[in-house]
Amino acid sequence: MKILVCITHVPDTTSKISFTENNTKFDISGVQFIIGPYDDYALARAVELKETHSASVTVLNVGGAETEPTIRKALAIGADEAIRINAEPTDSFFVAKQIADVAKDGGYDLILMGRESIDFNGGQVHGMVGELLDLPSVSPVMQLDIEGNTAKISREIEGGKESLEIGLPFVAGCQEPIAEWKIPNMRGIMSARTKPLNVIEPSDNEKKTALESFELPAEKNAVKMVDPDNVSELVDLLKNEAKVI
Amino acid sequence: MDAVEKKEAIKGGEFLIRESEAGEIFIPEEFSEEQKMMAQATQDFIDHEVTPVIERLEKGEYELGEHLLKKAGELGLLGISIPEAYGGLGMNFNTSLLIADILGSAGSFSTTYGAHTGIGTLPILYYGTEEQKQKYLPKLASGEWVGCYCLTEPDAGSDANSGKSRAVLSEDGKHYILNGQKMWISNAGYADCLIVFAKIDDDARLSAFILERTWDGITMNDEEIKLGIKGSSTRQVFFNDVKVPVENLLSARENGFKIAVNILNIGRIKLGAGGIGGMKEVIDLSTQYAIDRKQFGISISKFGAIKHKLATMAIKTFATESLNYRAGQNIDDKIAALIADGMEENEAKLKGIAQFAIECSISKVHGSEVLSYCVDEGVQVYGGMGFSEDAPMARAFRDARITRIYEGTNEINRMLMIDMLLKRAMKGELDLMGPAMAVQKELTSIPDFSNQEDNELFAAEKKVLNNLKKAGLMVAGAAAQKLMEKLSHEQEILMNLADILIEIYAAESTILRAEKLIQLKGEEASQRQVDMAKIYLHDAVSIVQNAGKEAIYAFAEGDEMRVMLMGLKRFTKIDPMNLKEARRRVADHLIENKGYAF
Repeated sequence: MKILVCITHVPDTTSKISFTENNTKFDISGVQFIIGPYDDYALARAVELKETHSASVTVLNVGGAETEPTIRKALAIGADEAIRINAEPTDSFFVAKQIADVAKDGGYDLILMGRESIDFNGGQVHGMVGELLDLPSVSPVMQLDIEGNTAKISREIEGGKESLEIGLPFVAGCQEPIAEWKIPNMRGIMSARTKPLNVIEPSDNEKKTALESFELPAEKNAVKMVDPDNVSELVDLLKNEAKVI
Repeated sequence: MDAVEKKEAIKGGEFLIRESEAGEIFIPEEFSEEQKMMAQATQDFIDHEVTPVIERLEKGEYELGEHLLKKAGELGLLGISIPEAYGGLGMNFNTSLLIADILGSAGSFSTTYGAHTGIGTLPILYYGTEEQKQKYLPKLASGEWVGCYCLTEPDAGSDANSGKSRAVLSEDGKHYILNGQKMWISNAGYADCLIVFAKIDDDARLSAFILERTWDGITMNDEEIKLGIKGSSTRQVFFNDVKVPVENLLSARENGFKIAVNILNIGRIKLGAGGIGGMKEVIDLSTQYAIDRKQFGISISKFGAIKHKLATMAIKTFATESLNYRAGQNIDDKIAALIADGMEENEAKLKGIAQFAIECSISKVHGSEVLSYCVDEGVQVYGGMGFSEDAPMARAFRDARITRIYEGTNEINRMLMIDMLLKRAMKGELDLMGPAMAVQKELTSIPDFSNQEDNELFAAEKKVLNNLKKAGLMVAGAAAQKLMEKLSHEQEILMNLADILIEIYAAESTILRAEKLIQLKGEEASQRQVDMAKIYLHDAVSIVQNAGKEAIYAFAEGDEMRVMLMGLKRFTKIDPMNLKEARRRVADHLIENKGYAF
């Protein structure tokens, strides 16, 4: 079985977010980058399937050379080889197109990725890849088991859970608890440098969106503490200051 | 001599008589992508495995420590220093320091880890026979077995060789019958493999043995109730007619004390490095608390007194970090050079580490005392909350205290470093006499009042460092000359001399790191590090001044004293700088980044 896991290279959740160039560029100075947390779960499940179903795992990232430490980490966690498409991941369509162009001739049984990235949180790439490859796509997948040529999947839906069966190949946007999150072990880290990391140029540069500017959310106001016995003050504040009632 | 040869030729303790260059030292910013990934994986292990159970561990669920060790084993964290042939990774010394550094923030587990991977495993790695290594190391590397180290006895602490445990060869010559009592044994509660030191018959010196927990005659007391590191298992261990197969004697008879000393050298620098993780954790927490805590209507992080604390914590930490990785790389370079000269690997490792035993002691003392400083000021930044067990500072404060005691108390380490330095001088391994005589001569000559502008980077600071070395040589040389063998009984003076030595090494490592950083990243990106290095140097000058004065008062008098005090004044001159503003800049960097981000 061949699995393709698409990962994003995103700022750590605790990073200080700021912008430069008139709010059109994200300031990466001092920012630590990680594998997108949802992608990390997809990768963890792929590595588990590698052990149980002797699958081979290829990890793919669309990004510049600066994303290679993140890709090496995926190799350290257990992927067998990596592909980096040497381009800035400008929008969901562009990324999906790049993935689809690589995947169409790759013969992958499974194309896994996170349900969404945690920088732009578009949550669209898996759907687009499915469409471009004419494959089914499912998201958010929280459980994934393979039996022969069929996958048993469970996913979260509004107010409940849906269990379904789907034939291979297909595309899945994953999230926890699909697998146990993995810390790369030291031996994996040491062997990551010897695994192949192939860099390929993007197939085209078509984008569907253009970026105008970024904006930070408004700063949170200080919390006002109200004595539990003083309900009238609370009502007054909600009515006259917060103006919500 | 090219750069590589220069590095290989560096000798332990030589920093006192030699002007080192930035290019010769390793700085943590130079760790490879792979080493950084290992550090991050270690941090992930702490965040995902240790932190969620730390409260339970603290409350006495000691078996969690064993469970965590096994998890660490699965990740390969127990085999960093063990060669691949025995199930480890065979990484270099500085990588093992990096992992110890990160694990330093894991509270009690940091001791559990250190006791297992250091003193619990290394005696077998370095002194074991091939059979012993094959039998025990893979189990210790994987975490299947836990190791511990039984040296201390009720009446034999710092004076380890005075232990009463005895081993007697059985009549059939197949076993040693071991009897004795050991105390303060870390990991004892779940150790499978025990390194035990005892004297055979009436030997003058200790021998070392490898014992297995399942053997008859090994019993333990309950867990000790301790001031800190409450989650680490610490028990007394009793040996009652334990039959130890003769093949489990470790190394040669009476070689135990040497093993203990050499293994402790390694333990010392690891402990110094291990402090760093704790320091950074405390700085991060204190900075965040200072930002959030409002008094008089504003965040207390805006107050100068708080900024002073945060900055000083960071500056001292920066210095500990600088000296540790500098020494770690010196050790790696020495080992590599010895192996290249044809020495067997294990012997080369031991010789490489022993060569830098002075630096290992400096690391232990500096690291543990900076950690103590940080936790103390951390409590202060937290104010009343710092005194509450509901906030993390109380535990950090308690946990830090042991680091000044174990692996050789800081007093023993201070005495050792001076003792080693003087012995090396007497053996002719280090030429202290030449430079010390030159300083004596300089004392009676006309001082150099030249104030020529030197535009070279850190020229002024390097001049200060050179002078501090002169001050050190002057005081140490005069004390040794005057007191001769009596010096070893004048412990107060030895403490003064050690303080001088420690500060010179720390300040020099810090200045050289800032210089190398500028070479790597440019001046703009290294401004705060330059501030930190300069402030540290100022603080070091004050310490050298005071320690030097105290020592001189103690052993000199009359004209001799006056000449030396004048010399000390001359050698501890430093140009003024606005330390307040520099500290504020460092603190503002911490506040802006919500923690230690250098």
